[in-house]
Amino acid sequence: MPFYGKEGEFMRTIHIDEIVKVVRDLCIEANYYLNEDIKNAFLKYKEEENFKLAKDIIDILIKNAEIAKNENMPMCQDTGMAVIFVEIGQDVHIVGGSLKEAINEGVRRGYIEGYLRKSVVNDPIERINTKDNTPAIIYTDIVEGDKLKITVVPKGFGSENMSQLKMLRPADGVEGIKDFVLNVVKEAGPNPCPPIVVGVGIGGTFEYCAYLAKKALLRPIDKRNENPFYAKLEEELLNAINSLGIGPQGFGGKTTALAVNIEAYATHIAGLPVAVNISCHATRHAEKVL
Amino acid sequence: MIRITTPLTNDVIKSLKAGDSVLLTGYVYTARDAAHKRLVELIKEGKELPFDIKGQIIYYVGPTPAKEGQPIGSAGPTTSYRMDPYTPLLLEKGLKGMIGKGKRSKEVIDSIKKNSCIYFAAIGGAAALTAKCVKSSELIAYEDLGAEAIRRLYVEDLPLVVVVDSNGNNYYEIGQREYLSLCDK
Repeated sequence: MPFYGKEGEFMRTIHIDEIVKVVRDLCIEANYYLNEDIKNAFLKYKEEENFKLAKDIIDILIKNAEIAKNENMPMCQDTGMAVIFVEIGQDVHIVGGSLKEAINEGVRRGYIEGYLRKSVVNDPIERINTKDNTPAIIYTDIVEGDKLKITVVPKGFGSENMSQLKMLRPADGVEGIKDFVLNVVKEAGPNPCPPIVVGVGIGGTFEYCAYLAKKALLRPIDKRNENPFYAKLEEELLNAINSLGIGPQGFGGKTTALAVNIEAYATHIAGLPVAVNISCHATRHAEKVL
Repeated sequence: MIRITTPLTNDVIKSLKAGDSVLLTGYVYTARDAAHKRLVELIKEGKELPFDIKGQIIYYVGPTPAKEGQPIGSAGPTTSYRMDPYTPLLLEKGLKGMIGKGKRSKEVIDSIKKNSCIYFAAIGGAAALTAKCVKSSELIAYEDLGAEAIRRLYVEDLPLVVVVDSNGNNYYEIGQREYLSLCDK
């Protein structure tokens, strides 16, 4: 239903009921169904593996995705903390209630009705389970247009716990970035369920850099950074990571990572922040544009 | 592929080597962070545990809720290092095996060797497939912990890899080293 403001400009209205439903569905979809880009990467890497258990592990992960899809069940028992990215067109008017409440209600319904695990505790020290996986982590961004895009990222903590951030010196340069990313992957070893996807944020401020690393995980893994410099750095880092020998599940092999996705942003004259957000093989995310 | 059944005898444990792929059948107990904290507190207070851990296997898992008519939801391993602070005491008290994923501390590996125990990895992320191996699930303790409650599972042909054997050999180191030495040739 269009809404006309005081000046008579066109505004598109979206009711929160629609947002609740979409968030609910995306929570379930992201947890049940492996994305095509990951499936394709599995098939490619499987052919390149010849070391002991490596090929078998990739086969098991492919089979796991098939079972999850056919039986409509979560691929992993850690169905994550729900991280929600919302791009709100500036010509959209949300009606019927609070956007934040609508998102949390969608998460609540998705996790209860989709038989997903409730993994969120109320406080980092008190640690009482909230029993509906809320609250979600919500990032909003105002963009041009009259659309609303919602992306749900159920982030498991096996891989989240292996993530790190470092404020490098400008003098450390590209070599410093490479050393840091490789060290994070090495330290993680078998813990984050390799093969992993590595999200890297470079630049910005302390917190924005971490946000970039998370956002990098939303990009399909067969798409390189649009900037040729970072596209090349992604390839170089992937090759270096896949020479470490960690392999699928850490049992040795080539396929330690399926992709490295970098997002970069302007930064301060004195800084070179780098954040590495590790994600498991499934790198779950699902999106919908309203 | 080696087939083993619980309870694991000392002979079976000694026969298994780091890197062996096995299919496990029998009962295992689930416990992760919060349940471990409670078990160790009980031991330190000299109180009885909700199940006898002697000779048993603990599987580090917090499953998704079961749908109607099914014993369990998705049920893959969680990362083991978070249980490291509690593990040596449980091994001293007779626990024989652990199923999880990822690295263990030096203290845990030393305790595995000293007490002739074993650490298996299940396939991290393959939780739907793993659920198919679970034939029954029974609540044993700590229902208030939800997914973290202690349950007794009967598993059939659960695919595992021996990571730390009773001699303290660590397959995460061995496998990677072997792979890299092949690459050098």
